[in-house]
Amino acid sequence: MASVIGQDQRANLGLPELNSDEVLRYARHLLLPDVGLDGQRRLKASRVLLIGAGGLGSPTALYLAAAGVGTIGIVDPDVVDASNLQRQVLHATSTLGRRKVDSARDRLHDLNPHVHVETYDVAFRADNAEDIARSYDVIVDGTDNFGTRYLTNDVCVLLGKPNVYGSIFRFEGQASVFATEDGPCYRCLFPEPPPPGMVPSCAEGGVLGVLPGLIGTIQATETIKLLLGIGSTLAGRLLLVNTLDMQFRTVKVVKDPECPACGTRTITRLEEYAEYCGIPDPQGAHEEPMTVGDITPVELAEKIKRQDDFDLIDVREPQEVNIARIEGARLIPLGQFEAAIASLNPAREIVVMCRSGARSGMAVHQLRQRGFQNVHNLAGGILAWADTVDPTVVKY
Amino acid sequence: MPITVNLPSILARLANDERALEADPTGGTVGSVVDQVVARYPLLGPRLRNDAGEPYPFVTFYLNDDDIRFAGGFGAAVRDGDEVTIVPAIAGG
Repeated sequence: MASVIGQDQRANLGLPELNSDEVLRYARHLLLPDVGLDGQRRLKASRVLLIGAGGLGSPTALYLAAAGVGTIGIVDPDVVDASNLQRQVLHATSTLGRRKVDSARDRLHDLNPHVHVETYDVAFRADNAEDIARSYDVIVDGTDNFGTRYLTNDVCVLLGKPNVYGSIFRFEGQASVFATEDGPCYRCLFPEPPPPGMVPSCAEGGVLGVLPGLIGTIQATETIKLLLGIGSTLAGRLLLVNTLDMQFRTVKVVKDPECPACGTRTITRLEEYAEYCGIPDPQGAHEEPMTVGDITPVELAEKIKRQDDFDLIDVREPQEVNIARIEGARLIPLGQFEAAIASLNPAREIVVMCRSGARSGMAVHQLRQRGFQNVHNLAGGILAWADTVDPTVVKY
Repeated sequence: MPITVNLPSILARLANDERALEADPTGGTVGSVVDQVVARYPLLGPRLRNDAGEPYPFVTFYLNDDDIRFAGGFGAAVRDGDEVTIVPAIAGG
């Protein structure tokens, strides 16, 4: 396999030298016949862009920095939150509240001062993706939503850069390498994203903290192989990891001649992916503006106090109800909501709630499609309820 | 030998938390295997196929190691002992 870095650098022309500190630091790499001095100099010349400094981006960034990848770019608009630390090992209690890109840069410099870190404290969007990605050799997809995954894929195909893919949910993960010269892309595997609500996010469904460590280190491994041009990558294969049964298996990913990105190449410019996927931001969803038919937590509290005659439906999962609840709510998890609609009375007033207002918005939409007239979404969900009505309710 | 259907945990919760189901191969196709699974666990139905009975573009079915999209879709032929693995798109990171 040929390295993805430039031809001059593949021929070891113009590769940066290692100083004595670096030779000592990378000694175990230099002893590996497949890496050696030239390989380590290639790593030093390499530029890798991480989309996301979260669960997957954390181990990937740490191992790429430790390995001596010369320049690591990090795109992430978030700040470090306490709920991140169960899995995002790049960050720490001491960096709570800091911008993730700053927390990441300081940690990586502490780990390896020879690495240059470039930070982008912005969302990776259609209008900035090409400019950000253009100067990098490999792009690592560690995002947490479908919109950014399709955007990352398409920008990689358009720019001809490998996309080192990883994705996680609960106890399972996936990894592959997309958009290599002859290989398939993410759209060959999943031509379209699911509609909003069909697949819960990790913020809604949970994730085993160790799992991104497994998948992220696989992404780091594949990245280094691409940069060095060694071994066989996961291009054309999808690795499926099931930690509950501890099974690893690979299946084939075929390049689809009808793929609009890498096959027919009908995708020639980037779309606005957030709207196209309709995926709400799990952290910011409770700050979304209210829409027609929403009810505020204060209004709901008044209805409860007045003993109004209405049904309060909670569409979260049972585990979430164990953490925080509003008394009197009937639990119907969103995944079972469609089947349960027949048990609801269209003549009654219904208020639907969830954690942030995103899932309940989908449930309200389903009810209205089925002819329910008097339905409301609790704006901001139980998070907003905790902020404005009952501070004893735990936020999660 | 029966067909083994491997479910990811997100779908297994709709199938009594069973991550590996067995199905009869006599129907001859992946579609018939899906029919049997849905008959047993109706909540899986809308997660595995659309209103027209076709696979979704965000749930990939593998017959052994091969994507059925390139082998006739739900019409792909199954044989004794085959494995059908269902891989939904996930986006967590």
